[in-house]
Amino acid sequence: MYPRSFEYVSPGSLDEATSVLASTEGAKVLAGGMSLLPLMKLRLFSPDVLVDIGRIPGLSSIEDRGDHLAIGAMVRHADTASDSLIGEHAAALATAASWTGDVQVRNQGTTCGAIAHADIAADQPSAALALGATMVAASAGGVREIAASEFFVDTLTTALEQGEILTEVRIPKQGGGSAYEKLGRRGGHTDYAVAGAAVWLDVSNGAVSSARVALTGVGAKPTLAEGVVEALVGTDGSDAAIAEASERALEGVTVLDDLFGTVEYKAHLAKVMTRRALQQAVAAAR
Amino acid sequence: MGGGVGVSTTSVLGGVVKRREDPALIRGTGLYVDDLQLPGMLHVAFVRSPYAHARVVSVDASDAEAMDGVRAVYTAGDVAHLGDLVAQVPVGKVRPLLAGDKVNHLGEAVAMVVADTRYGARDAADAVDVEYDPLDPVIDLKEAASDAALVHDDMESNVLLAWEGGPWGDEEGIAATQQTIADAKAQDDTVSVSIEAVNQRLLPMPMEPRSVVADWNVGYGRFTVHSSTQIAHALAGGIAQTFGLSLTDVRCIAPEVGGGFGCKLNVYNDEILVCFASQQLGRPVKFTETRRDAAGSTIHGRGWVATATITGTRDGQILGYELDGIADMGAYSQNFTVAIPFLGLFVGAGQYEFPTHWKVACVHTHTMTTDAYRGAGRPEAAYYLERAIDAFAREIGVDPADVRRKNFIPAEKFPGAATHIGFPMDTGDYETNLDALLETAGYEDLKAERDRMRAEGRLVGLGLATYVEVCGFGPSALVDLGFSWASYKIPSGFNGSGLVRVQADGTASVIIGTGPSGQGHQTTWAQIVSNQLGIPVENIRVSHGDTAESPLGIGTFGSRSAAVDGSATYEAANKVRSKAADLAAHLLEASADDIVFADGGAHVAGSPDQQVSWSDIATLAYQPHRLPEGMEGGLEAHAVFSPGNATWPFGSHLALVEVDGDTGDVKLLRYIAMDDCGNVINPMIVDGQIHGGLAQGIGQAMFEDGDYEADGNLLKWSFVEYPLPTSADLPSFELHRTVTPTDINPLGVKGIGEAGTIGSAQTVVNAVVDALSPLGVTHVDMPLRPKRVWAAIQAAKTNGSVS
Repeated sequence: MYPRSFEYVSPGSLDEATSVLASTEGAKVLAGGMSLLPLMKLRLFSPDVLVDIGRIPGLSSIEDRGDHLAIGAMVRHADTASDSLIGEHAAALATAASWTGDVQVRNQGTTCGAIAHADIAADQPSAALALGATMVAASAGGVREIAASEFFVDTLTTALEQGEILTEVRIPKQGGGSAYEKLGRRGGHTDYAVAGAAVWLDVSNGAVSSARVALTGVGAKPTLAEGVVEALVGTDGSDAAIAEASERALEGVTVLDDLFGTVEYKAHLAKVMTRRALQQAVAAAR
Repeated sequence: MGGGVGVSTTSVLGGVVKRREDPALIRGTGLYVDDLQLPGMLHVAFVRSPYAHARVVSVDASDAEAMDGVRAVYTAGDVAHLGDLVAQVPVGKVRPLLAGDKVNHLGEAVAMVVADTRYGARDAADAVDVEYDPLDPVIDLKEAASDAALVHDDMESNVLLAWEGGPWGDEEGIAATQQTIADAKAQDDTVSVSIEAVNQRLLPMPMEPRSVVADWNVGYGRFTVHSSTQIAHALAGGIAQTFGLSLTDVRCIAPEVGGGFGCKLNVYNDEILVCFASQQLGRPVKFTETRRDAAGSTIHGRGWVATATITGTRDGQILGYELDGIADMGAYSQNFTVAIPFLGLFVGAGQYEFPTHWKVACVHTHTMTTDAYRGAGRPEAAYYLERAIDAFAREIGVDPADVRRKNFIPAEKFPGAATHIGFPMDTGDYETNLDALLETAGYEDLKAERDRMRAEGRLVGLGLATYVEVCGFGPSALVDLGFSWASYKIPSGFNGSGLVRVQADGTASVIIGTGPSGQGHQTTWAQIVSNQLGIPVENIRVSHGDTAESPLGIGTFGSRSAAVDGSATYEAANKVRSKAADLAAHLLEASADDIVFADGGAHVAGSPDQQVSWSDIATLAYQPHRLPEGMEGGLEAHAVFSPGNATWPFGSHLALVEVDGDTGDVKLLRYIAMDDCGNVINPMIVDGQIHGGLAQGIGQAMFEDGDYEADGNLLKWSFVEYPLPTSADLPSFELHRTVTPTDINPLGVKGIGEAGTIGSAQTVVNAVVDALSPLGVTHVDMPLRPKRVWAAIQAAKTNGSVS
């Protein structure tokens, strides 16, 4: 577990960090390090330079910006899990954060880091996707916003470009209710997800008026389940309607197998998790 | 927790004393091998095979050797003169120190790089260019046993031997037992039930990976070796044997050891190789495993496939038990390897009395060596037996507790009871133990609760299992059965020893040859000595793990330390006590026979007001001019203890589970254990041992899977791929005890290190199968990960039943 040699830079400002990233080939951003450092120790990934953003002031807060919440780059999973604003406006993300790793990991790892790393079995990316989050990326060239639906490109691959730092995840304050459900590799909610589902939806006049559903662990990346939304919106959100809609969870998804789930099992599980998350979200939205 | 249940107790000690080692461990001031930094120390990394089976065409280390800070790269030819690795039971192909022209498992060491830093060593190891010519591996156990392809082309068969009984290897007896069982099967009124099950390979994964530092002193011509080992004396002997040195030329020190579970009960090639490098380079040399090294190149456990068959009458009388299995030895034998299934043979029929034919063949495959892992052969044996008994009980529709009770060896047969192979057992009372479990757990209420939940459509199950363990090794006479540590220059080694020294100020030092890897020796041994001498526990220092100062003791494994080395220490303390009585008698001008030890000193019976302290006694001992004529100075004693038998702890466990039918997720709701390890020295430590043991057995049942892929790859390099149970995954265990002391040692203790593991995997699996039985499921292989349980449910729904 000894990484290859690398340089370590600890900039004091975001500008300094982006300029180091812009001028240094093979530089990689280090936040909590809970995914990056193990990969380096296994020598599966060996960046030449680590740019530690942990000492940059102003990245550790969760802010209420009126129409959205902003989660800074150094906000830890434990903070996301316990923050009352997130609990109120983004319950799916709070739950996903509370089921990420173990206590030590949650105290060290960051929500933005988990989203930027984009592990297919990680919980928070699909929660961000279902909540319609906007990612804010800063580079030497400026700041840009990326919709969650455009952010996740492939396994461990996002729309972030070399030189960009995910400085903030913005969650719209959109009403309705959200929920996250998963089955962990050790059963229950423990460990990485074998499969999971994140849901946001709104209910008006007794009917589901809009929804977003995203899956964890099933395909190559966190994926929106459009078919479920199509089937659900306009229904009364009853268990029967939810069950029927959940059957469409895998439309457009190529399910991948791994040590913890066959294709058949994960496909089934995705539907079960979708159904359970939808039930909770409907209850929360009413 | 840990209370008795109204069963008689004859505990000689039995008090809760908090573990004295914990403050140092918790505060990070314990010294582990990797903490050690010696001046000029070099570091090792190994070049390991990425193939399960391949010809080594060439090894080009020129790039590595040219790197900054690289001191040497060694390959097989450099160490050929040292021979193979030392092994206690060198059956089959014994591991070479480094692979030569062929590699035979993933992770086998091909070259050793020595460099100034551990990072540099790793970089250089990556730069060694090895050309391999890959060959087809033999991985599947049945394929290996068929000899369709040979693991080692210079051997005639992959099958090394088969452990079979039958009374004690007696061919006629075995044939007669087989005939008896065949006759029972032929009867009209009998039922035979078989299950074929995998007892999957496990990776021991102690929190502290193995680590070793060797330091050759060229002036004295001696080695000092620090190692994270369970067997410091055997390591010293193994090194001495390999390098042609005497036992006094090798000093081994096992400081704090962060878990072993049997995987540190081997002398490893890396331990020999760092000695070689230190001798060659004249510098201390350290090797510390990475987690990846630990996963692929430290021994594994289990790895069996077997069919278990119970034949009996419809009222639950069992007339025969047959086990036919294959056990995976891996590519090379190390310390015990083929002897592990032999331990299973001893307890093949568990707590029961019925004709038993038990046969397990040991085969080589292109995988890492298997050897002792917590329970070692006995969990496998108990697993098959107890799964089969449950399957039989279900088939005949009799309560599984009743079937077990009906077939127990009755308590009246002790003393004098014997196992199915005719080996004598010490003490046992199985029915009392089972009844205590069922009563404590409220078995009838639990069954009613299960049935009520079942009626609601929930998948709830109760699982019961019993076990008997053989441990506390043990008798020096094991030598006569072929077990000795002679290849480590130790002619027996199974006997124990202890040395007790009262210091001049009246405090005591206890020095033992066995050492802990988490078992709490510093506490337990102080209690034993305190109990005999009346010196308070806090005034007793327990030292272990340094072969230069400790008497010969082979190590902590096989739940043996308290029973064997503890008993030796008890006897040493008694010798000290006897001499101290003479000294006190001299001070008090009384007869030694009248001396009573109490309140931190001694007095004459009936005159407690005239007390001499241990300090007074010790002062006299170390002022020889004051002693009566003929008495020697000093106050210390050494004792060696060789019990007449192993010990045979036992117990019964009950689990309540619920399965989520939608996902296959298993929730362990309750776990109730009724263990009997004889007398208990420290209930808190015993409970702790059971906690850890249960976690490891439940880990096998639910989470852990160390099996190789069909191509010989091992996709488990970290805890991401190899999930271990954590406290968050487990319920609060409900621990209880019956107490049936052994009569083969003076403490009456049997050993508890492995019991939890031996009893638990089948308890959980029986519960899950019970939960799924309304669907027609009769078997699910471990680990009971959700995907596997769900698949079993689906298959049952599709087929009506599944086997």
